[in-house]
Amino acid sequence: MATMTMAKALNAALADAMLDDERVLVFGEDVGQLGGVFRITDGLQARFGDKRCFDTPLAEAGIVGFAVGLAMSGLRPVVEMQFDAFAYPAFEQIASHVAKLRNRTRGALSVPMVIRVPYAGGIGGVEHHCDSSEAYYAHTPGLKVVTPATVDDAYSLLREAIDDPDPVVFMEPKKLYFAGAETALPTRTEPFGRAVVRRAGRDATLVAYGPAVPVALEAAEAARDEGWDLEVVDVRTIVPFDDATIAASVRRTGRCVVVQEAQGFAGVGAEIAARVQERCFHALHAPVLRVSGLDIPYPAPMLEHTHLPSVDRVLDAVARLQWDDQPDRRWLTEGSAA
Amino acid sequence: MTTTPQAARRASPRKRRPATPTAPDPAAGLLPETEPVRLLDPDGTLLPARADYPEPPVEALREMYRRMVVGRRFDTQATALTKQGRLAVYPSSRGQEACQVGGVLALRDDDWVFPTYRESMALTARGIDPVEVLTLLRGDWHCGYDPAARRTAPQCTPLATQCVHAAGLAYGESYQGRDTVALVYIGDGATSEGDFHEGVNFAAVFKAPVVYFVQNNRYAISVPLSRQTAAPSLAYKGVGYGVPSEQVDGNDPVAVLAVLTRAVAHARAGKGPFLVEAHTYRMEPHTNADDASRYRDTDEVEAWRDRDPLARLETYLRGRDVLDDAAVAEIAEQAETYAAELRERMNTQPTVDPLSLFDHVYAEPTPQLVEQREQVRAELAAATEEDA
Repeated sequence: MATMTMAKALNAALADAMLDDERVLVFGEDVGQLGGVFRITDGLQARFGDKRCFDTPLAEAGIVGFAVGLAMSGLRPVVEMQFDAFAYPAFEQIASHVAKLRNRTRGALSVPMVIRVPYAGGIGGVEHHCDSSEAYYAHTPGLKVVTPATVDDAYSLLREAIDDPDPVVFMEPKKLYFAGAETALPTRTEPFGRAVVRRAGRDATLVAYGPAVPVALEAAEAARDEGWDLEVVDVRTIVPFDDATIAASVRRTGRCVVVQEAQGFAGVGAEIAARVQERCFHALHAPVLRVSGLDIPYPAPMLEHTHLPSVDRVLDAVARLQWDDQPDRRWLTEGSAA
Repeated sequence: MTTTPQAARRASPRKRRPATPTAPDPAAGLLPETEPVRLLDPDGTLLPARADYPEPPVEALREMYRRMVVGRRFDTQATALTKQGRLAVYPSSRGQEACQVGGVLALRDDDWVFPTYRESMALTARGIDPVEVLTLLRGDWHCGYDPAARRTAPQCTPLATQCVHAAGLAYGESYQGRDTVALVYIGDGATSEGDFHEGVNFAAVFKAPVVYFVQNNRYAISVPLSRQTAAPSLAYKGVGYGVPSEQVDGNDPVAVLAVLTRAVAHARAGKGPFLVEAHTYRMEPHTNADDASRYRDTDEVEAWRDRDPLARLETYLRGRDVLDDAAVAEIAEQAETYAAELRERMNTQPTVDPLSLFDHVYAEPTPQLVEQREQVRAELAAATEEDA
């Protein structure tokens, strides 16, 4: 066991995949000699040559479209979108081609590839560098959407993404890049489609993914002082989604708060809340609540702490889980004439 | 230092010469000819031979004629099938037969084609089953043919997105030691899309063997070329990417095949992409649902009728004694048989299976898709029970 950052684990996963499968090509903006702006591709070009790891013209639709063609020719592209919001020019390629080619051709063509997206905030980044864009991809059938929250998962999920027969949007929480943990690589964790209980608890379930997982875990620790024993479930793979593990947890605890960093309206957390109440209605002692970012464009660095879901906000939500069996006062006046 | 136009005119020829007379012009060989390449006059007579664009073998031209005749008949039949309600919609390529057929004739069977929705004729000319080609427009699935087996990408409806796919595929093929060429069909409107520029640029930077073949048929639905570009012609878009380019009379089948043959050879030789603009005209509306009289007048259409690529090639081949009345009649007969078979096969209602909706979304369906499939299966079973 050694301490390693998520960034290093992702780098090791890329290197090991390139070693195991010579069809794997890594490309994007600044990923070659520089090793990526976050150094996730550090050393790959030196080790595998500039045919296996290379820089491209600065054009995201081009990068993803190029990957479509490479995948059609039998190669395994792993592309980097430098930042979340920089991937938007590629959205047509992703939504209309990457996601649909298998379906359009009744399986005759498939384009397995990994689109790596460093995403979300909490790093003091200026505008267009901190978006949580996972809902756009998760709303697009044909894509798998994966987001690790631990160092082991970063390695294992990326290896699995590269081996997967379907295209995978691999969302990397930037603020977790340089957090370290004990690990022994190569490691394999639970496969795609499995959520994991990160912390067992009896009173309520916090469901979180990506950058919100450490927040949920910290909130669960803090909640002990309030007398709540909280369970934390890490979604890990938004698509395919693990209804079973999450529903089982909520049935045990009877209460649920979904925590996500993205703005809340029409987001992944809303989908999770709906799915939980569909499955667990009779086990619930309170409505499923959501803690999310605010419904605003990602704020300037000096204001981002107000936007980001905090431990306090999570605890406030937990406090509203009708422990006294009384209706949530927040909604009592909604819709009544002023 | 800036020079006014007046000053430039006043400057002596000696002064306007480059400082180093021997320095090569970096754009040499990239710019197209100022007039579209033409090897046949509109009346079908051969123009003086050109060393850079040798006339294709006459047997190839005869085969081109045959496929153009069959292609036009296919196109007419598809339009008729649309009027009969057998197709949801049909974008005709009547008038563009030289380009439709020339593009596929310039390629080997193991080369790749990246077509748009207007290339149904080209795909049938490539030998793909016309019913499979029309699956998209009939509506029983999206792509009806096997793209991997036919080395033909699904017909692309989003404009120009296939320009980048072709760059990736062609680069991937050469990376793996294969000398495959990819040919992209696009229209004039699509050259305004970002993906056209990204595709051509990627292909150039990675020296991918791609031929970008622009059929400039003057209109993007209703919008005329003047609203797409201020460039002298669309073939001038290559030079900015370092891509050699040419423009050709798209209704001159001999020139179209000659120019594309050279472009394909250039790509296959490892010299990178090539851009060809063919000046042609869409004789029919955008689709059967379009009213072309709202944006172009009859005189314009009639003027282009006089430049019909089929009549032009027929006149030429008759003059070369490789086509006579009997051969013309026989090819027309082939075309009729082709259309009759298509009509017959399209007259049967295709069977569609709602449960197949869940196939091929992923390699393995997600638990949620399995659940939804089960729900639809139950709905279908209940409906069958009610009917019984």
